[in-house]
Amino acid sequence: MTPNKNGYYGKFGGAYIPEMLYPNVKYLKENYLKIIQSDSFQKEFKSLLKDYVGRPSPLYFAERLSKKYDTNIYLKREDLNHTGAHKINNTIGQILLAQELGKKRIIAETGAGQHGVATATVCALMGLECIVYMGEVDIERQAPNVSRMKMLGAEVRPAKSGSRTLKDATNEAIRDWIAHPVDTHYIIGSVVGPHPYPDMVALFQSVISEEMKWQLKEHVGRETPDSIIACVGGGSNAAGAFYHYLKDDKVRLIAVEAAGLGINTGESAATSVLGSEGVIHGSRTLLMQTDDGQIIEPYSISAGLDYPGIGPLHAHLIKTGRAEVLSATDDEALQAGYLLSKIEGIIPALESAHALAALEMMRFAKDEIVVVNLSGRGDKDLATYIKHQNRFE
Amino acid sequence: MNRLTKLFAEKRENILNIYFTAGYPKLDDLVEIGLALERSGVDILEIGIPYSDPLADGPTIQASSQQALKNGMNVRLLFTQVEDLRKHTEIPIILMGNFNQVMQYGENQFFRKCKEVGVDGVILPDMPTYVYEEQFKALFEELDLGITFLVAPQTELERLRKIDELTRGFVYVVSSAAITGGVGGVTDAQEAYFERITSYGWHHPTLIGFGIKDAQSFAKACKYANGAIIGSAFIRALADSQDLSETISDFVSEILPQDSP
Ligand SMILES: Cc1ncc(COP(=O)(O)O)c(C=O)c1O
Repeated sequence: MTPNKNGYYGKFGGAYIPEMLYPNVKYLKENYLKIIQSDSFQKEFKSLLKDYVGRPSPLYFAERLSKKYDTNIYLKREDLNHTGAHKINNTIGQILLAQELGKKRIIAETGAGQHGVATATVCALMGLECIVYMGEVDIERQAPNVSRMKMLGAEVRPAKSGSRTLKDATNEAIRDWIAHPVDTHYIIGSVVGPHPYPDMVALFQSVISEEMKWQLKEHVGRETPDSIIACVGGGSNAAGAFYHYLKDDKVRLIAVEAAGLGINTGESAATSVLGSEGVIHGSRTLLMQTDDGQIIEPYSISAGLDYPGIGPLHAHLIKTGRAEVLSATDDEALQAGYLLSKIEGIIPALESAHALAALEMMRFAKDEIVVVNLSGRGDKDLATYIKHQNRFE
Repeated sequence: MNRLTKLFAEKRENILNIYFTAGYPKLDDLVEIGLALERSGVDILEIGIPYSDPLADGPTIQASSQQALKNGMNVRLLFTQVEDLRKHTEIPIILMGNFNQVMQYGENQFFRKCKEVGVDGVILPDMPTYVYEEQFKALFEELDLGITFLVAPQTELERLRKIDELTRGFVYVVSSAAITGGVGGVTDAQEAYFERITSYGWHHPTLIGFGIKDAQSFAKACKYANGAIIGSAFIRALADSQDLSETISDFVSEILPQDSP
């Protein structure tokens, strides 16, 4: 699904940016497709995804999990990518683009630290300066990733305003870009931000569903599953997992948001339920805000889902009914994380655990084919899992 | 006639526009600050609508916004206070905010309300020109309300043309690639840029803003443009103020050339 010329999916999207960013964004908008679709770009992108990231990521039939839910569950193993999440699909694409644009300095925002690590990694690979903005709260709860970024040569700058999480890190990154428009490329970590970022990031992540098609064909003899489940922070792993099935209405698309302590507790990040139309980070979309238009600080145990907005593509898919939304609380996600660890030997990222938690809320037919996008691995979340473990035994 | 138009018809040099955040330092300071600025010889009041997540604002204005929100400022109250201020003065007043705030109020209602309470123009740095052109241009013309767009060092010629065409009132020349309240002062490289941008042949007056903070930088800006905008430096002065009237009078007399009223 491609946005219109101003970057709208239905009424969501666009580029609501101060003039200082206009030349950069305009250049990107006019050139991203041409660059990305060129043979030389595709060749390099594919070869790095294969030899450096380790793609294709397996599509794994989770037999014991399937038995528990009495259906057929396949896990798309983005957790097995280099650096441990889907985020690197996007950063590989964007670093090649940055090189094409002649940029010398890379900035990024990060929540869980996965996008920060993936950005630091490709900067190390290409020898580019890297600065990652990260909320102070997230620096604390995702400490292993902070150390990784530093070891990879990136500078991690704490965002100290607001809720000191992903939203604030994104504000700081945009402010940095405003102050360095000439030499700097901003690698946004999700399908958010001004057009063309949502489309660009979705294109880079679309490799997930591109692989799913032939992998399903191998496993079950057809390219289409009945349902695809993915967690949504900004929505990049979901966009990638849905991408090649968006036009096939027979495939159920299920986006899982973080309910935090519960949707109506005031401590939640379930944007599509709690949000309304507005503008955040350069894009017209759904966001959590007051009547006065002030952005409400979200909450989730998962740093990668702790965001008050949602990508404009998802706002459109949800409002038009193409995608369904569920939400999982902190505890439901933790529970799903412990379960997958115990019965499949896979410790999922807390973000991905939200997608797994949806299995508990849905009913499936015995012969249904369900794909859960396992967006990342749980190494970074061990401290959180350990802290809460005794409540679940 | 729109008060901005009237001002520019009478004055083309050393125009001083002072930015301050509504609801700061105290919730009800707006009227007092506005009147003190006028008494001190300021030409335009630019009132910031405090926002939780401003993108183009530096730490000083961010902090003032945060304090203003904590004090209880919101768009409705701001309109009430501006209406009150307008009873006492004919100085041009413009509002500066983020598009999301306008959207939540209802865009058309917001712009009509501006007119109703005596606001002469708005600056919404993140409102795309295509959105203005397609959705609001006709309304602005009907209301005779000013609209100011920003231009920055990397703004291309073709874009300057578009902005000149859409502007009602003045053009906001951002002094450097920076958020508000940057390093401050005016370098030689910036002067070269001022020269280039202000000699474009605008149909509208230009005011230079971002990093203008004292008599010297104000004078340099006025060499090239019709005037300048001071924000962060003024907010910093307010932050330390014991007596608003005195602080404001001292601050403005430091900035303005001696022979100015
Ligand atoms: C493993 C993992 N999954 C999901 C997300 C959420 O991002 P998105 O919604 O863009 O996929 C993150 C973000 O940090 C993540 O690290």
